[in-house]
Parts: sequence; structure tokens; C-alpha cells
Amino acid sequence: MTDPRSRPVMRESYAPPAPMGGRESTNLGDILERVLDRGVVIAGDIRVNLLDIELLTIKLRLVIASVDTARELGIDWWEHDPWLSGRDRELKDENRRLRERLAAVEERLVEREAVEAGDHAPDEAAAQRRRGTERRRE
Amino acid sequence: MSEYGIYLYAVTPDVSGNATAGTTPDEATGTTAGAGPGTRPERAADVSRDTRRGTGPGPGGGTARLHGVLGGPVRPIRHAGLVAHVGEVPLDQFGEGPLRRLLEDLDWVEGVARAHHHVVEALAAAGPVAPVRLVTVYTGEDQIRDLLDRRRDDFADLLARVAGRHEWGVKAYVTRAAPPAPPAVPASGRGSASPGTAYLQRRKASLRSREDVWRAAAERAERLHAALGEIAVAGRRHRPQDPQLSGRSDVMVLNGAYLVDPDRDGEFAAALDAFRGEGMDVELTGPWAPYSFTSLDLGSDRGGGTR
Repeated sequence: MTDPRSRPVMRESYAPPAPMGGRESTNLGDILERVLDRGVVIAGDIRVNLLDIELLTIKLRLVIASVDTARELGIDWWEHDPWLSGRDRELKDENRRLRERLAAVEERLVEREAVEAGDHAPDEAAAQRRRGTERRRE
Repeated sequence: MSEYGIYLYAVTPDVSGNATAGTTPDEATGTTAGAGPGTRPERAADVSRDTRRGTGPGPGGGTARLHGVLGGPVRPIRHAGLVAHVGEVPLDQFGEGPLRRLLEDLDWVEGVARAHHHVVEALAAAGPVAPVRLVTVYTGEDQIRDLLDRRRDDFADLLARVAGRHEWGVKAYVTRAAPPAPPAVPASGRGSASPGTAYLQRRKASLRSREDVWRAAAERAERLHAALGEIAVAGRRHRPQDPQLSGRSDVMVLNGAYLVDPDRDGEFAAALDAFRGEGMDVELTGPWAPYSFTSLDLGSDRGGGTR
């Protein structure tokens, strides 16, 4: 059952061992996912909230490498994870910023058109378009 | 309230006498062969007994006393045909409040995780083992005896299932080393595209080819998992690891674990080798204690069946 060669050499006590770069069979990630996520799960008398363990694994980045890659592979569990859905807000913010910039560009465009066309009431036209833009922005 | 808690590492069958679980693995006596009386049937129990006595190498040879979390000794609690392997831990670290704080400290977690793993591996070397999840702490031994009483059948089933088998970890990555040649954008067509358009076309093509590489790798990983599953007694797919933990920048497409009979190890390795190359790199780790095949949820009242 055992191959002594590949059995990890362990320290006697707990001392921070090799850095994460040290791979082979004692890769910290491999160990962590085993001791945290697998085996027999029993509630001891000292209550460690299950949630804590989940948060921990997220913090320790036992999560999928890249959102885009994962989505392409059809893995999207985190989309339903409130913890990780903060991305939503970023997207909304970016969206809002882009809309504002677009509105500003359109406005200037209108002004220039008005000038070039020699319109008699450029300010009026621009103002109208601007109002339209603002309404769209809502 | 005592200032120490009882940390539970793992459960093994008690093969020392009366209530034998009948799961003694054949090789339990083999690991320390050549050491005179090493053929006694209570081989697995020797590990525990040695640790209790705190002697040097026991009669079996290689079983030095076991140390666990914070360097503390590991000792057995025998009950109901099972052995719970435990150690005392200070509640100023393993109490509820301190734990909540310390679980955020990666160095602390790493130390505990490695010590825990060390104990599990040592026990696995001697016989079947059911590892218990990290930081399962009780206030007294009675609670642990009670647990063994209540769950003896669950533990016995589980231990019988993994007896004489070990776990291999298989990770497959998409290698960036072999990117498909960027498809030449057809220069013909509607005359010479503007530089901007050409750029966008190139970008689109490159994205598509990268997608293709990933999709192909995901399919290959699927087939690899199936092939290994045919040889293994059981297989599990776990969530792919983040590059920080895998230590590689390549994208992981398979993070599998397989419970294998040692006499099929060769076959297993051969099946694995057949999938190396062609844009996919495969990594084998282990043998591990059967962590992935001793999943038993006793935390709820769902009856605690194996999953």
C-alpha cells in the first residue's frame, strides 16, 4: 500500500515547512483540499462553523483559476455565490461610466454638427439632443 | 472546563483482539517485514501502542511514536472495535473563538494541516484509515467513545471499502506550450481591411482558437477521467485548483482522485501516460491515504451515508 519513496517526509512538529513552491506530493494545495474538504466530517464539541471552512477555502484560493476560462468550461458555480458576486457591481459601475462618456461624446458631436450646418439655433438643437441623451441615460 | 481539548485525527479498525472489524489489509504486516515478530495480526494496533508508550521504534520496526498538531503526541482510544487517534490541544488555540481567528492565518493553518496529514499518512501506512476533517475537537474522551458507539457501522463500512487500497491524485493542465498557430487572416476578400479591422479579426481568431484549445482539453480530460475510472475501484472529480496552489500557471482541467488496488497501479499509470502530450500535461500525486473516499457526513442527521 505504501511506497516509502513517495511518502511525504513530514516534520515532527508544526513548523512552517517548505514554501508553496515546493511541489511533489506534499504540495500544500493538495494537502489542504484533502484535510479540509474530504474525509469524515463530524461536528466536534468545539464548533467550527462550516461556513468558516468555506470562507477559508475561498480565501486560500482553492477556487477556479480564471473566471473566463471556467465559464468557457461550463463551470459557473460561483455565479450563485453571494460572496463572489461582487463582480456584478463593478460591471454596473463600468457600464455607468461608459454611458456617461458616450453621452458626453454625443453631446459634442451634436454641437459640432450644429456649427458645421450653420444652424441658426444651434444651442436649441444641442439642448434638445442633450435632453434626449439624458433621458436615455436614466 | 479543562484548558485542553481532544483533537480527533482519524479512525481505524481495532484489530488488536476481540471485536475485529475483519478489515485487516493483507499488506498490513508487509510494510515492516523482516522485523522478527512483525507478522502478528495486531500490526495496525502497534502504531497506536507505540505512541502511547512513547518508546522508540516498536517491535514492528519502523513505527516511531507519532506526533501531531503542535508536536503533541498522538494516542489511541479503543472502543467498539474501532480506534480513535487523538491528541490534546490547548483551547487557547483550538477553542471556538481562537479558532475563528487562527483559521485566517495561513501559516497556522498550514502547520496544522501538515501535522494532521502526517498523522493520517502514518496510520495509512499501517492499515485502513478514515481521516477526520481538520480541527475536529472534543471536550472529552467520553464524547469520542460515544461517537464510536453511534457510528460504528458507518465507520466499519467505510474502512472495509478502502482496506488495502490507496488513492492517486491526477491533475491535468492545458499547456500553453503548444498554442495553435494563429490562423492567418485571409488577406483577400474585400480588399485590404483597415489596420483596426485587421486587428480585430486577428484578435477574434486568436480568441476562438484559444477557446478551441480549452474545449478540446476539457473533452480529453473527460475521457481521461473515464479511462482511469475503469481501472480504479472508484473515482472522484474535485474542483480545479487555483494556480497559486497548484504552483503552475497552466489552467487545470482535471483534478481527480482515484481509489486503486495496488496490483492495478501499473495499468493505472499506463492509462495515464496515454493521455500525456497533445496540449495536455498530466500530473500524478500519491499514493495518498484514501481521503477522497472516506467522505462521511456525520454533522447532520441525514443518517450519515457515504457519498
